[in-house]
Amino acid sequence: MLELDSNAWVVLTDSIAAVLLILGASLSTIAGIGLLRFPDQLSRMHAGTKPQVLGLLLMLLALAFAWRAWVWIPVLLLAWVLQMLTAPVSAHLVGRASYRTKHLNRDLLYVDELSDVVTRQDDEGQPAEKASDQQSVPRQDRNDGY
Amino acid sequence: MSLMQIAAVVCLVLLTAGAAGAIYRIAKGPSILDRVVATDVLLIIVSSALCVEMALNHHTSNIVFVVVASVIGFVGSVTVSRFVADRRKETS
Repeated sequence: MLELDSNAWVVLTDSIAAVLLILGASLSTIAGIGLLRFPDQLSRMHAGTKPQVLGLLLMLLALAFAWRAWVWIPVLLLAWVLQMLTAPVSAHLVGRASYRTKHLNRDLLYVDELSDVVTRQDDEGQPAEKASDQQSVPRQDRNDGY
Repeated sequence: MSLMQIAAVVCLVLLTAGAAGAIYRIAKGPSILDRVVATDVLLIIVSSALCVEMALNHHTSNIVFVVVASVIGFVGSVTVSRFVADRRKETS
């Protein structure tokens, strides 16, 4: 292994942690810029999930290098695994809600593979005429006031 | 200034820029789903800021908040998207 004294180890791990902190914070900045600039609700959601998994991973790695103790690794691993379990759930439900209501902007889509699945069934599997949230024509009034 | 302090200042600027974008979307977002996604991003930015502070000062006091926020932070967006309804306008 490397022959370093403890002070050099501290400087080395602090430097690695500093670089990882900057990388993780830059992902949050990218998400903020994406929330500013993307034209559609679905693409803004795509930008908003970037700091959730990779940004948090870089931050937790930086903490692991800054603390320099094996005893904190399970806690950091737990935080990351829990975030990875919950982030797809929220993204899936927000995407579903924005697809099935009027928030979808069909001008920006090239291919829509979900539309025939949605039109064939409603939430309980009943035929589509009884669907409460099914609409066949997208409405253009996006500024409803909420 | 050591490298960790320089990194902390740079992270301060980066996280503030990200938070400004999220707050702008919370204020402007033409639908409630935009606001909910931006609130999720803001929560993650707050967790990241706490991680930066813990790495800078070498203490572990706030790791519990990071863990709890990653578990509970998605409940708001899930609840709102569950109840987002399509208000159909009455046609005359």
